[in-house]
Amino acid sequence: MVPVSYYLLLAAVLFALAVAGIFINRRNVILLLMCIELMLLAVNFNFIAFSRMLDDVTGQVFVFFILTVAAAEAAIGLAILVVLFRSRRSINVDDLDTLKG
Amino acid sequence: MENIYLSIVLAPLIAAIVAGLFGRQIGRAGAHTITILGVGVAFVLSVLVAKDVFIDGAEVFNQAIYTWAVVGDLTMEIGFLIDPLSALMMVVVTFVSLMVHVYTIGYMHDDPGYQRFFSYISLFTFAMLMLVMSNNFLQLFFGWEAVGLVSYLLIGFWYRKPTAIFANFKAFVVNRVGDFGFLLGIGAVLMYAGSLDYVTVFGQAEQMQAQSVNIWGEAQWSALTLTCILLFIGAMGKSAQVPLHVWLPDSMEGPTPISALIHAATMVTAGIFMVARMSPLFEFSTAALSFVLVIGATTAFFMGLLGLVQHDIKRVVAYSTLSQLGYMTVALGASAYAAGMFHLMTHAFFKALLFLAAGSVIIGMHHVQDMRKMGGLRKYMPITYWTSLVGTLALIGFPGFSGYFSKDALIEAVHAAELPGATYAYWCVLLGVFVTALYSFRLFFLVFHGKERFDAHTREHLHESPWVVTVPLILLAIPSVAIGWVTIGPLLFGGAFGTSIFVLPQSDTLAVVAEHFTSPAGFVAHGFMTPALYLALAGGVAAWYLYLKRPDIPAQLQDRFHRLHAVLENKYFFDAFNEQVLARGSRFFGGALWRGGDQGIIDGVLVNGSAKAVGWIAGISRRLQSGYLYHYAFTMVIGLSLVLGWLLIRA
Amino acid sequence: MIGHVLFFAFATVLIAAAVGVITSRNPVHSAIYLVLAFFTSAGLWLLLEAEFLAIVLVLVYVGAVMVLFLFVVMMLDINLAKLREGFTAYVPLGLGVALLIVIQVAHVVWFRGQDTALMDTPEPRPEGYSNTRELGSVLYTEHVYAFELAAVILLVAIVAAITLTMRKRPGLKVQDIARQVAVRREDRVRIVKMDAEKD
Repeated sequence: MVPVSYYLLLAAVLFALAVAGIFINRRNVILLLMCIELMLLAVNFNFIAFSRMLDDVTGQVFVFFILTVAAAEAAIGLAILVVLFRSRRSINVDDLDTLKG
Repeated sequence: MENIYLSIVLAPLIAAIVAGLFGRQIGRAGAHTITILGVGVAFVLSVLVAKDVFIDGAEVFNQAIYTWAVVGDLTMEIGFLIDPLSALMMVVVTFVSLMVHVYTIGYMHDDPGYQRFFSYISLFTFAMLMLVMSNNFLQLFFGWEAVGLVSYLLIGFWYRKPTAIFANFKAFVVNRVGDFGFLLGIGAVLMYAGSLDYVTVFGQAEQMQAQSVNIWGEAQWSALTLTCILLFIGAMGKSAQVPLHVWLPDSMEGPTPISALIHAATMVTAGIFMVARMSPLFEFSTAALSFVLVIGATTAFFMGLLGLVQHDIKRVVAYSTLSQLGYMTVALGASAYAAGMFHLMTHAFFKALLFLAAGSVIIGMHHVQDMRKMGGLRKYMPITYWTSLVGTLALIGFPGFSGYFSKDALIEAVHAAELPGATYAYWCVLLGVFVTALYSFRLFFLVFHGKERFDAHTREHLHESPWVVTVPLILLAIPSVAIGWVTIGPLLFGGAFGTSIFVLPQSDTLAVVAEHFTSPAGFVAHGFMTPALYLALAGGVAAWYLYLKRPDIPAQLQDRFHRLHAVLENKYFFDAFNEQVLARGSRFFGGALWRGGDQGIIDGVLVNGSAKAVGWIAGISRRLQSGYLYHYAFTMVIGLSLVLGWLLIRA
Repeated sequence: MIGHVLFFAFATVLIAAAVGVITSRNPVHSAIYLVLAFFTSAGLWLLLEAEFLAIVLVLVYVGAVMVLFLFVVMMLDINLAKLREGFTAYVPLGLGVALLIVIQVAHVVWFRGQDTALMDTPEPRPEGYSNTRELGSVLYTEHVYAFELAAVILLVAIVAAITLTMRKRPGLKVQDIARQVAVRREDRVRIVKMDAEKD
């Protein structure tokens, strides 16, 4: 067994990589969604590590719900992506600037 | 009595409203019938009131009839003060107004604005009655402004005529200057006396005299002097005293009946009436009286001189009006308020007569007003000729005519005055007599005698005016002759004004005159020992010599003294000064404020500037809001990590 | 010791997979790398004795979500070249922020976390311990409302995904039973009167 801090650091690295991924793949919506999945994974790591450390199963309940919500989010996100692609023939984020006033 | 007073005021108002709003429905005849009826009722009732006041010696009526507003301790009321002073004014105003109404039927016969005109002059009568019957400053101011408004409307009655529009605009603006002073004066009254009611204010005159005000620098002014001078500035505007006189000659652009009614007989005398009404205030301020005296004297003499060089028949009479108003003001300044009012009354009759006679001539000449194109009208218009002669004689103060009594009493009173400036005033009014006679007879001879200088076409149509014109002339001629003889005794020396005019014993100049007075006939006889009469006669003879006997001399004199003539021709450059310096200066100043203040600071910096600043900031911040999702995500992540870093460093 | 070896092995693969996810040219490769990352994560969670979640991760994520991802990626005709434009422009910034986050967390964990439970190695679970039972005993008692809510969220997500992507295509021949039932005689039958033919 390894100390909890190892897991926390690993999660931090994972999270940082996901953030870097958002920066790097800023144009590709699919990759952005994947990076978000990675981030959630990093968060889940933390929850489970702390749950183990504190010997409290509630942390794992949290992870359970996060997984649920993440699945829902991925489903809707991809649905939006499909609709978007249908109307624009593109998933390039640069084409999506209608938020601009 | 209250109902009678109300009727006097309201009858012309109702007539004016009906004629003004329903002029189309009631037609021309309806309009003049109803307005003459309204003014006629007012006149008859005024005569009744005057009989009550003067003959039966009724009590002074001083009562508020309607409370308009109450603000703290200040009560704003509409009320009437009926005493000899207002009773006299009421009779004069309604009588002259009635004559002018009748006369107008003839004069405005072909004018498309017939009903409008009648509505205006009735409205004017209402306003003037409100002014003279008022028992408080607020109502006085209401009447004051209302007559100013009607005057504006009537000067510009022919609103398609550019000169008329210019003239009414000028009259309005110049009067605003005076009214500003007047309003400040009323404000000062309210501030120092704490009330707007005449009687209350007059009771505090002595206290106001004792109070001192610091206006600028170290100079301490008596509150009373300040108030009086401010009020008199109002009178200067309305009664056309130098230097606010410039509007009156131009106001002759209006139809002749209103020149007679408003710009000769009644409205312009509002200032005189007001000062006489304020006699309990003015009496306690020697400085203010001195100011009044000097201004009046200047107007009396120098404006008379201008009458000598005018060619327009109405303008000559207008300058004569200015001069006569100056005489009245001088009388007020010399504490001879009764003499001022007396002259006001006689002047109202004979000046209205002269104006209406001039109007009659103008009708006959088919609206030609230039005296150089007249001459020898005597045989064509006999009634006009004789009534004009009466008016002229009254104006120059020929013994026995009304003007003689008032003017002579006035000159004597000024002679007795001991105020600073009294000597100057005396010489001004004395020489003014000569000038008056000269320009009056110049007009008379140029119009009615001498060669006929008009063309044959005009001659064919030249005839005496219709009866609606001549009857008022005759009716006005009667008081012009007789009113002085009848009323000098009671009005000036019999104390008919009672308590309505207040004079301190030490400054009672009329008392000095009264020592010589026995009867009207005696007064006439006494006149032969004073220089004024001989000066008047000399003026008449000079006019005869210059304009009938040797008509070539005036032209030579004009050449010889061309500089002086130029000064007179340009009316002492008052108009030029006003237009070039004041008007242009204000326009420049206004333009500077407009460009610099409005466009530059308010529009440029405040309004557009703030909008620009918003736009500028928004322009910068819109870069943050690129619409790209990842920019928002970056901002979130970076911000989050920065907050985290800050928390770490702080902890 | 074996725990350390397994941890570092899995951790290395996980980080390599994560790097692969964010740097791949092809989204399909990214998705495959992500699957790898999930698998190694499941392994690491097993090391933490969270067996139930590890299995769920594999089943739900790898089995369902990632398949969905791959499906979408392959279905859409994506212009990859355009998406890769300016790929390197934000690399320094991204790495900078990532480094900042790592340093911050490392600071907290290593320097602030000395002499706390963070440094301890958790004791292994006793024999016969069931992670699934533990989780179930709280999930259906204490967190039952949240559990129901999660179910509703999933339902909503299903409905939302279908509504979003559904489209009506013109020209499809469909039966409208309601209209068929509601039809009346006048709509269909027209009675024409005409004279009989005479020779």
